[in-house]
Amino acid sequence: MYRGREGMWSWILHRVTGLGILLFLAIHIVDIYLLGWPDVFNKLLFLYRHPVFRVAEVFLVAAVLYHALNGIRILLVDFWVEGTRLHRQIFWAQVVLFLLIWIPTSLLMLSPVVFGR
Amino acid sequence: MYVGRERPTGGFEVFAWFFMRISGVVLILLVLGHLAIMHVLNTVDEIDFEFVAARWGSPFWRTYDLVMLWLAWLHGLNGLRMVIDDYVHRKGWRAVTLTALALVGFVLLAMGTQIILTFEAPTSRVTAGLP
Repeated sequence: MYRGREGMWSWILHRVTGLGILLFLAIHIVDIYLLGWPDVFNKLLFLYRHPVFRVAEVFLVAAVLYHALNGIRILLVDFWVEGTRLHRQIFWAQVVLFLLIWIPTSLLMLSPVVFGR
Repeated sequence: MYVGRERPTGGFEVFAWFFMRISGVVLILLVLGHLAIMHVLNTVDEIDFEFVAARWGSPFWRTYDLVMLWLAWLHGLNGLRMVIDDYVHRKGWRAVTLTALALVGFVLLAMGTQIILTFEAPTSRVTAGLP
């Protein structure tokens, strides 16, 4: 049964995180293009320095990290003989790995926002 | 059972299937490195025009950013193409969405490539228009 199990959720999350990262990348190309106008570039930085963005940035990292780890799982299933049989176990290993990396990284990223410099 | 997309049997789709996997592996290294340097070790508190200008003084980081831009953008565009394939079935709407995707895709890739390749650090703050 595919529907409702790990396979479905990992697939939905892969899509949603992928689309979110693509949207940010489009915005990021435009902001980097503004380097051609140094004063405009520096003046607009207040947007990225806003606490709302700093929190969004932590979720951007979460999206990239999930997409990367799930990408590795897809490769294991596609190219490793045992990958298909173990795909559920790999999914849960991936969840644990995600939390182990993401939680400390988020704390590092948010500490200057919460405590100041 | 496949977890990823089933491997296609011929033509462009086979190329796309392999491109997603190969670019994906390279992007894991490039993007996680980029995030660690620009979002964790440095933050938007330190990053400004001068920071990027100094960074792009090095051909290494320009090449790094250019390769990452092309791989990430094409990987993402192809992903969105597959999403459109899955959800947009009416012929007219498919033509409209896929054409829009190709146009926006081309323009943004050209913008990103242009700024990475042609950016020149200003010789002084005055020429940069900075206070």
